[in-house]
Amino acid sequence: MDKTSNTHDLIMKGLLYFALGLLAVVSFFPFYLMIINATRSGVEISRSFSVIPSKYLTENYKQLIKYVNIPRGILNSVIVSGFATLLTVYFSSLTAYGLAFYKFKANKIVFGAILAFMMIPGQLSLIGFYQLCTKLHLVNSYIPLIIPAVASPGTVFFLRQYAISTVPTTLIEAARIDGSNELRTFHKIIFPLISPGVATMGIMAFIGNWNSYLLPMIILNKTEKFTLPVMVSTLRSATDLQQNQGATYLAVAISVIPIMLVFAFFSRYIISSISAGAVKE
Amino acid sequence: MEKKVDNKRINSYNHWGYIFVLPFTIVFLIFSVYPVLRTLHLSFTDLKVMGDAHFIGFSNYARVVKDKFFWNSLLNTVRIWGVNIVLQLGLAFLLMMVFSDVKYKMKGLGFFRVVYYLPNLIAATSVAFLFQTLLDWRYGTFNIMLNGIAKLFGGTYNPIDWIGSGATVPYVIAVIQSWMWFGNSFIMLMAGVQGISNDYFEAAAIDGAGRWTVFGKITLPLIRPILMYVAITSLIGGLQMFDLPFLMVIPSSQAYSRVQTVMMYLYRFGFTAGSINTGYASAVAYMLFLIILVVSLIQLYLFRDKDAAAEKKMVKQAKREMR
Repeated sequence: MDKTSNTHDLIMKGLLYFALGLLAVVSFFPFYLMIINATRSGVEISRSFSVIPSKYLTENYKQLIKYVNIPRGILNSVIVSGFATLLTVYFSSLTAYGLAFYKFKANKIVFGAILAFMMIPGQLSLIGFYQLCTKLHLVNSYIPLIIPAVASPGTVFFLRQYAISTVPTTLIEAARIDGSNELRTFHKIIFPLISPGVATMGIMAFIGNWNSYLLPMIILNKTEKFTLPVMVSTLRSATDLQQNQGATYLAVAISVIPIMLVFAFFSRYIISSISAGAVKE
Repeated sequence: MEKKVDNKRINSYNHWGYIFVLPFTIVFLIFSVYPVLRTLHLSFTDLKVMGDAHFIGFSNYARVVKDKFFWNSLLNTVRIWGVNIVLQLGLAFLLMMVFSDVKYKMKGLGFFRVVYYLPNLIAATSVAFLFQTLLDWRYGTFNIMLNGIAKLFGGTYNPIDWIGSGATVPYVIAVIQSWMWFGNSFIMLMAGVQGISNDYFEAAAIDGAGRWTVFGKITLPLIRPILMYVAITSLIGGLQMFDLPFLMVIPSSQAYSRVQTVMMYLYRFGFTAGSINTGYASAVAYMLFLIILVVSLIQLYLFRDKDAAAEKKMVKQAKREMR
């Protein structure tokens, strides 16, 4: 290598890192603006642009809760997402293990149905689902938002592959020789063994549930039952609130920050689950 | 012999499988299979809001095909998705090229992956609201920034109504959509690159292959299945686009007819008080499904592995010659 091509490479690399950094700023900057603007008054925001926080945070919060009961929304979202995630995680593991290690007649049928429903877009069930809920008097109830989480085809598919690659059959055999009941074997031995995969899917399920909008909007119509995304979306009709953009930014920030915290702790799991999703194909 | 005994022992436990999959199966039948079939059934009826449903054959489908608003909504969806997919996949592809370059060996993949993925975490409601506020033509921070920049250079800036104008809003939504999803596509493409065995790259290095040869002859062909996967999932998601345009543009806005997507059209007949026509909305759902199916199949055909097919042919021929 001669010297000129070396410096040329160095400059090129520097430029590339600069571009990558710029894109990182673009990815993050709107969130930064959101947090800053949540601390500024409506007048400040409309008059000038700033990257330094101001001192109107509590003022904005007082304004905001005049329109929506934010703590209630957080509680509702935690209840719905929490229970739905627990159901998804537990029953998907159970189903995945059953499909992976037992040979029975319906095995192939259930697995085939799972594959088929992974490819069917959600809109096909939307109207039939709503009709079912009205018939069963489940409108305004959390049941249609929580119970269907028991059957989550994508999670079962992922965990089935995961269980096959991590659980040795000799282990199941050994448990049987020791006289362990099959369910007990699952709870005491298998579940801890597949827990890294379960955690990954659990985090993805939680984020998906937390952010879900269309279904809760259709099922819930009592304000006190609204989950956070539905609550935030009602703010756009509060026109006098739009005079104070600080409060609106604050509402968005409150809905976003829990997810950002989850991501800060679990980003490794999330990235690995997306990667696994791509490679499995 | 031993193996046989093992198998027998396993077999005696196999009925447990039913117990493990039972809860899933019950809920799956009630909340997934039944609604999909019910929607299909309703698409052949005249059910409005309440009352009895009468079988009316393919009338709903005929009405969908004839309705120019349906086709307009499909055009809107495709326009937003088309701009979006070019930006999103293009950016993800460029990033993948940068990080898989054998000459520069760029560092920091872990960090950049996390930051680029951030916008994808946030609920569409929050993203919509955030950008609606940032892009507000009078008070929005974006226009205020542009105004500041214009002043800096001694010019004047006439504030653009990014969301209120039908000329700009589809592209604004496409850009936001790309911003939300390019990190996801990038992670998937990178997973494909990292799945390639290092032996290939080492062999190429020994042979003295240049970076472009390595990229064109090793990386690109080997990530083709993932590229296809990303393209198809993005298509399925894109044709079902709802949250962003629904939340950002209100029905009374003059820009609405430019951003009403097929899902918004479906929502109008399925759930908006005053215009509910359940049978018709069900037919719209199945029409969209058919369109997605056909386009996915075309995509699969276009992306099919021509080299693999050719290779098979050559192997066959070689075998024949050897005989």
